[in-house]
Amino acid sequence: MYSPAIIAEAVVNGLMAGAVYALIALGLTLVYGVLHIINFAHGALLTAAMFAVWVVYEAFGLDPYLAILPLTPLFFGLGYAVQRFVIGPASHGNDSNILLVTLGLSIAIENALLAGFRSDTRTLNTDYGFQVVEFGPLLLSKPRLIGFGAAILVTVLLWLLLSRTDTGKAIRAVAKEKFGASLVGIDVAHVYAVTFGLGCACLAVAACLLMPTFYVNPRIGQAFVLVAFTIVVLGGMGSIPGALLGGLFIGVVESLCGLFLGDSLGQIGIFLIFILVLLVRPTGMFGAKA
Amino acid sequence: MLEVQNATKRFGGLVAVNQASLKVEAGSITGLIGPNGAGKTTLFTLISGFEKPSEGRVLFEGEDISRDEPHVRARRGIARTFQIVQPFAGLSVLENIAVGAHLRHAKRSDALASAERVGQRVGLGPELDKSASSLTVAGRKRLELARALATEPKLLLLDEVLAGLNPSEIRDIIPVIRAIRDEGVTILMIEHVMQAVMSLCEQVYVLAQGRIIAEGPPADVCDDPKVIEAYLGAGAAERLKREKVHA
Amino acid sequence: MTFRDIAPIVVLIALIAFVPAFITANTVLNFLVFTLIIALAAQGWNILGGFGGQFSFGHAAFFGTGAYAAALLQVRLGINPWVAFAIGTVVGAAVGWVIGYLSFRSGLRGSYFALVTLAFAEVLRILANAATFTGGAAGVLIKLDVRPGNFQFESRGAFFWIALALVGAVLLLTRWIERSRFGAQLVAVRENEAAAKALGVDTLRVKLGAITVSGAVTAAAGGLYAQYFLYVDANIAYGTWISVEVILAPIVGGLGTVFGPLVGAVALHGLGEITKLAAGSVPGIDLMVFGGLLVAAVAFAPAGILGLMRRSARSRGAARHA
Ligand SMILES: Nc1ncnc2c1ncn2[C@@H]1O[C@H](COP(=O)(O)OP(=O)(O)OP(=O)(O)O)[C@@H](O)[C@H]1O
Ligand SMILES: [Mg+2]
Repeated sequence: MYSPAIIAEAVVNGLMAGAVYALIALGLTLVYGVLHIINFAHGALLTAAMFAVWVVYEAFGLDPYLAILPLTPLFFGLGYAVQRFVIGPASHGNDSNILLVTLGLSIAIENALLAGFRSDTRTLNTDYGFQVVEFGPLLLSKPRLIGFGAAILVTVLLWLLLSRTDTGKAIRAVAKEKFGASLVGIDVAHVYAVTFGLGCACLAVAACLLMPTFYVNPRIGQAFVLVAFTIVVLGGMGSIPGALLGGLFIGVVESLCGLFLGDSLGQIGIFLIFILVLLVRPTGMFGAKA
Repeated sequence: MLEVQNATKRFGGLVAVNQASLKVEAGSITGLIGPNGAGKTTLFTLISGFEKPSEGRVLFEGEDISRDEPHVRARRGIARTFQIVQPFAGLSVLENIAVGAHLRHAKRSDALASAERVGQRVGLGPELDKSASSLTVAGRKRLELARALATEPKLLLLDEVLAGLNPSEIRDIIPVIRAIRDEGVTILMIEHVMQAVMSLCEQVYVLAQGRIIAEGPPADVCDDPKVIEAYLGAGAAERLKREKVHA
Repeated sequence: MTFRDIAPIVVLIALIAFVPAFITANTVLNFLVFTLIIALAAQGWNILGGFGGQFSFGHAAFFGTGAYAAALLQVRLGINPWVAFAIGTVVGAAVGWVIGYLSFRSGLRGSYFALVTLAFAEVLRILANAATFTGGAAGVLIKLDVRPGNFQFESRGAFFWIALALVGAVLLLTRWIERSRFGAQLVAVRENEAAAKALGVDTLRVKLGAITVSGAVTAAAGGLYAQYFLYVDANIAYGTWISVEVILAPIVGGLGTVFGPLVGAVALHGLGEITKLAAGSVPGIDLMVFGGLLVAAVAFAPAGILGLMRRSARSRGAARHA
């Protein structure tokens, strides 16, 4: 009943959305892999980044793609500070405390945005928002195609950063064995904060890539955060290639579920996968940490 | 009372326990010794049910308990202590012991009364109302012992309860262990402190690289060249003998 | 339980019961009933989260189930609302057991348990929002028919007393748990699961017991909510707001204590009202403060308000002795 072209289009659209999901999940999985914490504030921070894109566009007319340049370092700094001065000290190194602190942060950020921007949904009116590219029989949204390419580029860059630079080495050392790392003189608190900052930087890029085709309201992060958790769980906590593959897969699943089940039920496929993965392979997916 | 038959435990490629068999007679104190990483604690986890053997069986009072969950084995009368102490850090010493006592006492007042008695017995009397996290190393070891004892076990598995204690603390606790046995509790203990093994155990098993390499009364086992080599490396027994001759 | 265990609860509830005799303003009573409903739901969370150490981020699953069951059973099947409320509570317990069985048997703990409960609640929310039986996005309206036999009352005071009676009953239940073998084992599971097992605690059964009771209590709060507001929709009943509220109250009040959830709910919502008065009708401002408070509580007052009070009482006592 669905023509192959429609299904193919849904798959391709899913892949394009999935790449941006992957970018969001990347921040989450990085933080998990190094700090071994689940950052519940990830969604709220994404919302904040999306509002930031909207603000610089409305206030200074800054194109969302150009906004990557100022917003990425800004969010890196923000993430660094949040980890170093709030999450780290407040949680006294206890896992369930971290869970609660990031939950508290997410409530505070989300509602601060609600107080500041009210609950209206906002969009950007760029002149390329609806441009399409012909790709064989398929018509693809140009900004989403850009988003796809950029998301993959950032993933590769991040991977290079982790595998080729000294900072990356320090991060990986801390991820493996934080006590040992501290013995050889690595400042663990600093590395934690840098990692958290990188996670937030990913969110800033994702926000810039999303905004030309998407909208923002104070609750939007919630929709993304569970998707991102699913991806991370699916791809293996802490794994960068896993996040990329998981993101693409979930993008396609969501797109196909939306096609077959309709918009309101579409998301359910993701949650069911999420629950199933958690229930069936909890230890296999996360190792002993679970 | 307890019989382990050809138990093997693999962790991935590592064979932590390899075809190990041992027997613990009712009413005895049996020792389990061996170099670090020999697989002693792993063998305890097989007996207490925290891990299931890859091969082999564990019999308790003649019944195969290899597949029972830990709490079922505790109900049958097997209690263990942890080498790395595991206190309920947020609770008082008395409440810690009471959790064990609840296994045989449904009523809280009964459990508390029993816990208090056990606490007194192992020498935690003055500490009962303190938080478990405020205890010293010696105190925590005593707490491990007290909690296990509070479950009123038939078989008590002690995993290095003397490690980390100073000589006077060890001297204090050895009679406590002997008294527990004299009241009818069978004991299997992992111990590195040889002086304690010598004075307490009737029978000793030696584990090295997952295998039982020797068994017998402690004095015999200590002279066994296989045992000496397991601890000191190949050729050590020869060297020692030669040194003795020269001396 | 001894007389000394019960007396403070009875006295406190008796004192609060007099409130409607002095305050008759509808807005104030509304606020109080709402706060009691939250307190009740939070008491449910506290049994599992506070005593058992299993932090659910999806207690909306129970609240919503209680609310929808109460509403749908009377609207769709014509069942008496009191009976519907009771059934809703039982269904909440059943949902608790099922979610618990699936998650605990898979060995989920800590963050993973939090995540999976959150996902269960979201699945229920999406289903309730899409199914026609539940009224879809439009929700369910309970017909106004004010009769006590119909669980609808002329005065808000009546509702206040019912909510208060339920809160009181759960205070007693919690006290009983605290003084029972089940409670001792539950706390042991929270503190150290391996050690609990070694001492003969059937940890799976204990956790299942806790999540079942927890689900029932929070579902009762949901049923009460539906009956009070006579309306339910997916975003209210299964919304994240309630999952968050029930975590906040015990943590702010005193995690794993009998009175913590009640104290926390009253303190939070009192503060929320004050914030709204001070800041005007800015949406979200109260929740923003709550979020900050959660961080602050974890950082500076891990034992909550009750912990702070106990500490200051102790230091005052010490000062007197000095
Ligand atoms: N859960 C596990 N997973 C993987 N390997 C394990 C596990 N438990 C133990 N091992 C390994 O099995 C071997 C035996 O360990 P075990 O703790 O039983 O030794 P032990 O005799 O108690 O030593 P010690 O005297 O130091 O306490 C070690 O190499 C250890 O690293
Ligand atoms: Mg050991």
